[in-house]
Amino acid sequence: MLRLKKVNTYYGKVHALKNVTLLLAEGEIVTLIGANGAGKTTILNTISAVTPASSGEVLFNDSQISALAPDRIVKLGISQVPEGRQVFKPLSVEDNLDLGAYLRYRNGESKASIHTDMDQVFSLFPRLQERRKQLAGTMSGGEQQMLAIGRALMAKPKLLLLDEPSMGLAPLIVQEIFRVLNQLRREQGTTILLVEQNARAALKLADRGYVLETGKIILEGTSAQLMENADVKRAYLGKDKG
Amino acid sequence: MNRDLIKFLAFAALILTMPLALHGGYLMNVLVFVGIHTMLAIGLNLLLGYAGQISLGHAGFFGLGAYLSGILTATYGWNPWLAMPLAAAVVGGLAFLIGFPILKLKGHYLAMATLGMGIIMYITFNETIGLTGGPSGLSGIPAIAIGTLTFDSDQKNFYLIWTFTLGMILLTLNLANSRIGRALRAVHDSEVAAQVLGINARLLKVQIFALSAVISSIAGSLYAHTMTFISPASFGFNFSVELLTMVVIGGLGSIYGSFLGAALLTLLPEFLRAAQDYDIIIYGALLMVMVKYLPGGLVRGVPGLFRKLMKKRGARHA
Repeated sequence: MLRLKKVNTYYGKVHALKNVTLLLAEGEIVTLIGANGAGKTTILNTISAVTPASSGEVLFNDSQISALAPDRIVKLGISQVPEGRQVFKPLSVEDNLDLGAYLRYRNGESKASIHTDMDQVFSLFPRLQERRKQLAGTMSGGEQQMLAIGRALMAKPKLLLLDEPSMGLAPLIVQEIFRVLNQLRREQGTTILLVEQNARAALKLADRGYVLETGKIILEGTSAQLMENADVKRAYLGKDKG
Repeated sequence: MNRDLIKFLAFAALILTMPLALHGGYLMNVLVFVGIHTMLAIGLNLLLGYAGQISLGHAGFFGLGAYLSGILTATYGWNPWLAMPLAAAVVGGLAFLIGFPILKLKGHYLAMATLGMGIIMYITFNETIGLTGGPSGLSGIPAIAIGTLTFDSDQKNFYLIWTFTLGMILLTLNLANSRIGRALRAVHDSEVAAQVLGINARLLKVQIFALSAVISSIAGSLYAHTMTFISPASFGFNFSVELLTMVVIGGLGSIYGSFLGAALLTLLPEFLRAAQDYDIIIYGALLMVMVKYLPGGLVRGVPGLFRKLMKKRGARHA
């Protein structure tokens, strides 16, 4: 479904991604793990064209998308839940969700059909329904994360890019969010690319994973393989060798 | 929407009955300016309050609209009703072209770039003497007319200007409550998040910049025809800052706030005339006090202050 071939991305002179090649099949959950500054977020931003690749290919369903503007990418069915949630704090929960359906409104889709999907988001995250008129900025971190995911779902994405959904959240909330991600894949077949610091939780959920270090992919494999890998264990799972 | 419409109709009724209370005279002339300034403040507010992009050069667009209308009608004998939309189209097109490169900039850098833009326009008004008359100004601009009705008195100008201003308010209220208004506020809050939802943030910013320039240009054309004389001094950097102050004092992201800001900053100097040489000091002090005690501007601050006072009184009585 998604294929990155020898992608290089720069921030000015900083070479942030070095020849990154990765693959996502339809219906898969794949995770990217790595330390701070390894380039995880950059990979997502490169796919969504917020920081476009300077060389290499980004293919979505076999067509080149690396030269497109961010809004075109969303139109193709790729939605990103940005790092740090970035919900629109001065706007209500409902307005935030409506903004997620921005392109659908622009295409003249009816409010009724969009609001059916909003109800679906509410059934995934009942807490958002209770707070539909509340300003997003006044909610807790966990609720804001739920809103950020719900907002991305309003675009009806085929591929969901998630940037550290567990950041700064209590373990119980993280569990709840990961449960919903699993449910999305099962019930709607959404393909998910998940960036996480919490490697243990991410590998538990994902089918496969890539390990990133200073802009390069140094390891890849199924989740089970990675969880058994000695380097991964030492560096990311917080266990001693063996 | 219905409640908003009622609010708007009440506001319009209040404004349009004002001349009855004032019986013409000097204040009518001041209210004409309040109308023009309200249009300008609303135009800038769309950019600053909704989309979160600063401009320190909006006086330039105002001046460009005024000069285009002035030159086309005074020098070339065009009908003002033709000159105004043409000026607006030219200014809008120009803003669109300028907007693409400079709206890539953010924060202080955008402020510098728009400042430069305004200064270039100001210098152009001064130096293209053959066209604009240079520092001594352009005179003989005809008043606007509909058939045999010529808008040549303060009373008539009041209705002309406020018809446009109220129309502009209605239009921008609608825009602010639409999908576009929501998208603007999203861009304001987080451009990255807006982009990953499929909002073309770059284009949207440029479009709103152009729209805001078009509104300024229309205000400029109307200004030229009601004053019948224009000179570069009205379109300099100081006026750009004054516009910015109106928007901030009135309330960022509020259409009625822009009216309040424009009204206050236009009326205040008139009332402070009584204080003679001290007027500018009092003016400055009042602005400082307002920014300190009414964050969020007049439109949000005054009701908030009122509630606070009521609470205090309530507490004392209890």
